[in-house]
This record gives sequence, structure tokens and C-alpha cells, in this order.
Amino acid sequence: MSADGKPRSFTLPSQIEDVPGAEGWQSMYPYYTRFQPEDDHRFWFYNAMHFPEPMPAFDAITAEIPYEALGAFTTRIFVFPTTLGIEHRIVNGRIYITANPVLEPAEIQRRLAIFQERAGYYYENWERLFREWKVRLENLIHQLEALKVPSLPEFDEAEVVTKAKGLGQNHYIRENFHRVIELFSKMWHHHFEMLMLGYGAYMVFFDFCKKAFPETADQTVARMVAGIEVLMFRPDDELKRLAKVAIEYGVDDLFAADCDAKNVLEELRNRGDAGRRWLAELDKSREPWFHMSTGDGFYHHHLSWNDDLSVPFAALPRYVEQLRRGESLERPTERLREERGRIITEYRELLRSEDERQAFDQMLGLCHLVFPLVENHKFYCEHWFTTLFFKKVREFGALLVANGVLADAGDVFHLQYVEIESALADVSLAWAGGGKPLGAAHWRPIVEERKRVLERLKEWNPPPALGPLPPAINDPALQMLWGITSETLESWSTPAEPGHEKEIVGFAASPGVVEGVARVLRNVNDIGQIRDGEILVSPVTAPSWGPVFGKIKAAVSDIGGTMSHAAIVAREYGLPAVVGTGQATQRIKTGQRIRVDGNRGIVRILE
Amino acid sequence: MQLMNLDLIRHFAEIGIHDRPTVGGKGASLGELARAGLRVPPGCVVTTAAFERFLSAIDPAGSIRRQIEQLEANDRAACMRIGAEVPARFEAATLPEDLREAITVHYEELHERTGRRGVREPVAIRSSATCEDSADSSFAGLQDTYLWVRGLDSVIEHVRKCWASLYNVESVMYRRRLKLPERGLAMGVVIQRMIDSRCSGVMFTRSPNTGDRSVVVVEASWGLGSAIVSGEVTPDKYVVGKITGEVISRTISTKMRHHRPNAAGAGVLDEEVPAYQQNAACLNDHELHTLVDIAKRVERHYGCPQDIEWAIARDHAPGESVFVLQSRPETAWSAKDAAPVAAPKIKPFDHVFSLLGGRSAKK
Repeated sequence: MSADGKPRSFTLPSQIEDVPGAEGWQSMYPYYTRFQPEDDHRFWFYNAMHFPEPMPAFDAITAEIPYEALGAFTTRIFVFPTTLGIEHRIVNGRIYITANPVLEPAEIQRRLAIFQERAGYYYENWERLFREWKVRLENLIHQLEALKVPSLPEFDEAEVVTKAKGLGQNHYIRENFHRVIELFSKMWHHHFEMLMLGYGAYMVFFDFCKKAFPETADQTVARMVAGIEVLMFRPDDELKRLAKVAIEYGVDDLFAADCDAKNVLEELRNRGDAGRRWLAELDKSREPWFHMSTGDGFYHHHLSWNDDLSVPFAALPRYVEQLRRGESLERPTERLREERGRIITEYRELLRSEDERQAFDQMLGLCHLVFPLVENHKFYCEHWFTTLFFKKVREFGALLVANGVLADAGDVFHLQYVEIESALADVSLAWAGGGKPLGAAHWRPIVEERKRVLERLKEWNPPPALGPLPPAINDPALQMLWGITSETLESWSTPAEPGHEKEIVGFAASPGVVEGVARVLRNVNDIGQIRDGEILVSPVTAPSWGPVFGKIKAAVSDIGGTMSHAAIVAREYGLPAVVGTGQATQRIKTGQRIRVDGNRGIVRILE
Repeated sequence: MQLMNLDLIRHFAEIGIHDRPTVGGKGASLGELARAGLRVPPGCVVTTAAFERFLSAIDPAGSIRRQIEQLEANDRAACMRIGAEVPARFEAATLPEDLREAITVHYEELHERTGRRGVREPVAIRSSATCEDSADSSFAGLQDTYLWVRGLDSVIEHVRKCWASLYNVESVMYRRRLKLPERGLAMGVVIQRMIDSRCSGVMFTRSPNTGDRSVVVVEASWGLGSAIVSGEVTPDKYVVGKITGEVISRTISTKMRHHRPNAAGAGVLDEEVPAYQQNAACLNDHELHTLVDIAKRVERHYGCPQDIEWAIARDHAPGESVFVLQSRPETAWSAKDAAPVAAPKIKPFDHVFSLLGGRSAKK
């Protein structure tokens, strides 16, 4: 309740108006993503961590399918006792979500009985299952890679007859497009197959630490949990290796600041043996480590390093320069390991009884068991698989271009996936019938209109939350991933107090205090704008921004908890970070001087 | 004569916690801290032997003790009479020459040790009871502390005042009620250099709010510590991770009052803090971390959580300015420690079931 006795509420979904000039955005998304009148009675928050930009029509699949998979595992497969799945809605292109809790005690007990059996099986066999999981994922990735997008020649190949295949190429348009979507769905199911159980283990340990050490910062608990060898650091490590090799082979002169990837590759080919050897090393790194998204794997324009070598090549000159100066680029893994060991030992010693120490060992042991999956799944799923997925869909776009339906392969991402299927049917029919597809007149205006609408939607500042303020938020997953607690909601719903307008409060994610010039980046593709020593302010920071973390002084994000990517990476790089501020990108302007206090979770605008 | 002196007064460096019977709790604790290598304002303790020496000088026949032991606990009038008479005798009597000599030597030496020969720094005179802490609080009169005492005569006068407090009405009645023996009743008196503190405060190696043993909570305000202790000021509050050293929270309060030594003479002035300082943080990060390091050392030394009084001297070089004034074992949370936060389970993942299911998993 607020001071005037009225129940506190954020803007209601029904009160949100269409962004001027973006009317009709609804046509980009399925009907089941629309806010309903009764949704005004529920609490929603903007999932800016995964979806910091308005969704192109196709990209909405990166909400739909993950939430199908997540909910299947929590609600129906493992039968989590206290939580069902997540529902999502789209308004003005932004994805809002809400979690469905289970509150009835008898129902919780009924679910718990099943959960114990099923989750117990996975925990008990975790290491074997994770080994098999990796094989399954690589298998899915290879299936996706092998998948052919038909080219529709004038006459089908002879072997359709000589091998009595009995199926025309146009059949494979349908089958293979379905397979791309199916594989994406399978990947997301596997993504959540073990992940929520992993978070369950984290929750237990965080809960224990909150009770045993009520005033200890979450980031300290996170440091005890985090592993040192994490796949997500590997691509960046490969860049460092390539920088070293460049110096060894004497081709480092090519990696000057602002070098162009294409030119460098060209020059290397003219450098004889040394150039060839470096390129061979590059190829080694590219498979699979350059299947790294420049984002978080939720947008088609987040290309992989393999798709766009300019990202890794932008980082190389700096590493070459650092090595020449004799600086070490190695992550201080030994020191990190020792420090983590010391912290764990000393916290353990503070416990009062042997019983507590044994429970602590069990819980932390469980966290260390699940950590590799929780952290490494991102490389397999969001990066490797997903960048290939978008690449495949783009190939279908190229097919539509070749058949005159679309003007540009990338336009395919402005159609919903069911609309793509419809456009492909048009192409298939025309090829078979010997006529012309009718899609150009139908789809091109739609694509143009949606591109225009999307631009307008980018101007909107979505409220961080909608609907009534919930009486309490105690879901540790919401806190760990999205940084959402009763306190953050309180601060989101309260206007800045006089004298505090220049302070933005979030989670202290990584310790240290620095001052510097802010660079506000709403879009990962603008990553190149970042200058040495600036402070990155973004809706969310993805692990693939690794190379940028070598450049910046500190990181601030709108969304994210202590176990969010930004927090983990920032701690790893020893940069101060404040995450989950809700509004940093709205209140801070590029060029402003700010102070980031990663000890207290406060960002202050200094001018 | 020299040997005698050693027994009458002992320097902090010569005493430890086990000397409580001869120097009292406060003195023993200060000695213990000094011996552990912590920076304590230099000082000495006038021992119980000195007290006995004084008492036998003014009452060789032992009539004071005998008289009190014969008092009825409910004979209030008689208690009042003794409680007026004896302290008056104490305060009027001159000190035996060897005792006076011992105090003089140590008092002079106190200034030599500070490197300012000839300057008579103010000192604090504190009674240091030999009985257990728990009894202290009800043992009225034994808590006497006199701050900013200047000059030898005044020092001796206040030592006598401390001794005399053993025989004030409340103390006498208290002992009679409990039928405590008078024989062997004695106290130590601490003579200690005063620290003119720029800021001072208390720190807890266990959070007073939650009992968390992984943090050090530091409270700080301007001037002498008496302003915090008396509750006249809301101090700045810092919570620092004991293991990581990170500053978890930092609350800067508006500090309206501070206590300062009276430059013109003796005693303490209670004044308004200058406006520019009221909302300023008392500690910088370096000082804060120095204090936390001290807190950890003290706790390690005693092997249990401590409540520590500290001060940062105005007139000392950085690196030599942080002093420990006092350390006591933490009692509030130690008494409450009960149920463990968690117990081991058959399988580690049974903990997940407990948390998510809201009840303990089957064993």
C-alpha cells in the first residue's frame, strides 16, 4: 500500500497505447501473445535481459519456443512443486513475462512427490547425463548444419528417378523448413532439460548462505559457486591465442587498430607460409569457438563471429598490442582458483557446527556439480546452435529472393514462421505448376511496413513492470537471473527522491568503484562504438561481449541478477558492475560522467 | 623499593588477561590487547596491592572492613553513614610515599613514551573491577571513569576517588545484601593517555542486527566515543565482509553532536558538529579497512566475536593513528545461538526437495 492507502501498481497492460506511427504492430506476432483484459490483474515484467529490443516478427519464436520448453520441464515433466511455467505477452514489440506459482500447500505436496522421483534421477546421474547431453546437443547441431535448403532447379535431379526417391525437391522445402523449426524446438527442450534443476541447486545454496550469513553480499556467494574454467571464455581465449601466434609467425603487423577483416585475410594469403599457417590456426579456432553470437542468441541480427569476422578482428589488434608491450593476457585462473578456495574455506570455518559444515559441503558440492551445465549450455544452445539456426532461416530467405518473393534474404525475419511456411508453399506450388509465385505483391509491402514499424518501436522506453505490485516476490530464480526482488520493484515504482535524481540503484554485481564516461548501447550491433576506458551502459550484457570487457572500465545494465552473464563476466574481468538497475539506459546519456559503485550497487550521474 | 613499585603499578605491556585478580578486568583486557600487538593508548594499572597498601596505611587496624561486615543489610541508616564517612577519609588521606612515587614515575613515563617529554598529556582514570563482568553492572560505583585529567595531583585525586567508590552507599549496600566478604575486596585503577579523537566508535565482529559472523559492522561519529555510547548521535554505519573485505553497505548519518576535550582545562565539551561535517563520512576506505583488519586480529586473538571500541587520533601520523580502546566478548547473539541453519542429508540434492517442497525430504 502506498501512503495514500491505494494499492500500489505499475501501469496496467490495458493502459499502454500503441507507439505513434507503429499502429498495427500486432500483425507481427501471434494472437496468443496479446495482452488480455484479465491480464491487468497480474504482475508482469519486461524481460529486457533476453529481449532488450523490439522483436522482429520471426524473432518472436525465440520467446515462444523457449517458454514452451521451459514450462514443459517445470510444469509437466519434472513437476516442480512451487512453480509452473512462464507466460509471455508482447506489447509494442516488447516481451513481458510472468511466472505462475503454485500456492496451495496440498498441491505443492502432490507435486513434490513426483518431483522427488524425477529430479532425484537427474541429480543422481548428473555427470553421465550431462556427458550424454553434450553429445545430443552436438548431434542436433550437426543435423542442423547438414540440412539442405533446396535450390529448385529447372529439372529435378536424375537420381530422384535412378534411386527411386519418389519425392520432388519442392517437398524438401516444406520438410526441411519444418526440420529447422523442429530442431530449434528440440534444442530448447534440451536447453531446459537440466537447467532448471541446476538453478534449484543454486537456490538452495543461496538460501543457506542468506540464513547463515544474512548480510553477506550475493556476489560473494556467487563467487563461491562459480567455476573457473567456463566455455564462454574460450572464444576470447582463442583470440588471445591467435594474437600470440600472429607475433610468433611475424604477421602481427597486419593487425593494426581499425584493420579490416577482409583486407587482413587477403594480405595473409599473400604472406606465403607464415600467412598460411596463421590462417590454419584461425580455422582451428573457428570450429567451434567462433560460433559465438555477438548477442545472446535471441535476435537474427546477432551474427556469430564466423558470420561476421569483423567482431573478432576488432579485438585482435588490442591483444597484439598488449602482448607486444609484454602484458600477460592469460586469465589469472590460478589466482582466481586460490581466491575462491580461500573464501570457501573461511566461510565454512565461520559456521557454528560440524552439522552445518557438512550441509554446506553438500550444497556447495551440488552447485559445483551443476555449474558446468548451467554455464556451458549457453555456448551450445544460445550461441553455436542459434547462430546456425538463423543462418539456415536466412538461406530460406535467399530461396524466397531467388524466386522473386522477397527483395532481400534478411527480409525473411520480418515474417512470422508460419508466414514463411505460407510463402514457401507459394514458391513450391509455382515451381510445380510452372507458374510464378504470387508472394511479391503480398509480402513485400508487409515487410516494408514492418521494418518501418520496428524502427518506431525502438523509440519506445518500455516500463520495467506492469500490473499490480505483488505483495512479495520470493522467487530466487527471478532474483538470480533477472535481479527482481521486492526491493527492486519498490525502487522501480517509486519516483526518485529529491536529491537522489542522480542516483540509480541496482545490484552490486562485481566490486570496485570507478568514474568515467558513459557509453549507452541499446543494440549489440553498436558494440564497435565503445572506446577504451568508457563505462558500458546497456539493457543487458551478453557473455560474447568478452572482448569489450577488456576495453571498458565498468558495466551497468538495466536487467540482471548476481548470477546473470554480465555479473559473472564482470567479476571474471575484475570490473565493477551494477546490474538490474531497471532504468540505467533511460536515465544515463552517452558522454555523461558517471560513478559506478560495484560495492554498493549504486550508479551516480556526476554532471 | 623498586620491586615494591613493580607490584604497586604495572605497565600494560606487563599484564595479560590472567592478571585480572590483581589489575581488574579493564586493565587486564587493555594489557592483553597491548601485548597482542594492537595499538592501545599507553597506560598502566594501579594494582590491588596498591589499594591494600593505601588501605592499611589509613586503617592499620582493619576497622573499616570489620565495621562493614557487621552491618545488617537492611540497616540503611548505618550504610548511609559508612558510605559518607569512608569515601571522605579516602579522599582526604595522603598517599603513602612509595605509592605516590610509583604513580609519579609511571605518569612521567607515560609522556616519555609518547615522545613528548615535558608535555603533560591528559589522561583517563578508570576503575577496573576484579569481579566478573556480569556482576559489574550491578556493582554500582565500580564503573567510574574520569576523562581529561591533567596534572599529577589531579591524577592522584582521581585514583583515590575510584578507590573511594568501593565504599559509597550503593556499593556497601550491594555487598551487604549478597553477604560478600570485605576481606580481599579491592580494585585496580587504570591510568591511560587520552586520545584526542578526530572520530571514534564501536565495531562488532558479529553483526548486532543479524548475528552474521561473516561481517564486521563499524559505527563511527565525530569526536570522542562518549557521544555514541551516550546515544546522543546516530553514527555512520559500515558493513564490511570479513572474508572478502568488500563494503557491503555504508550509511552516512547526520551527526549533530560531538564530544571534544575542553582545551581550556579538564573535562569534555558537548558541542554541535560544524555544519560542513554533519553529513560527511567519518571514515575513508583506508581507515575503514584498517579498522576491519584490527577487528579481525582482536577476534582471532580472543577466539570469539568481540565488541570493540576504537578511536582515530587527531594528532598522530596516518598509519599510527588508529587505537583500540576496549574489547569485550560479544554476548547477545552468543546467548541466542540455537538451531543450526541446516543439517546434512542423505543425498546432497535432498536439500533441493526441502527448499522447494517446503518440508524436509524423507530420509
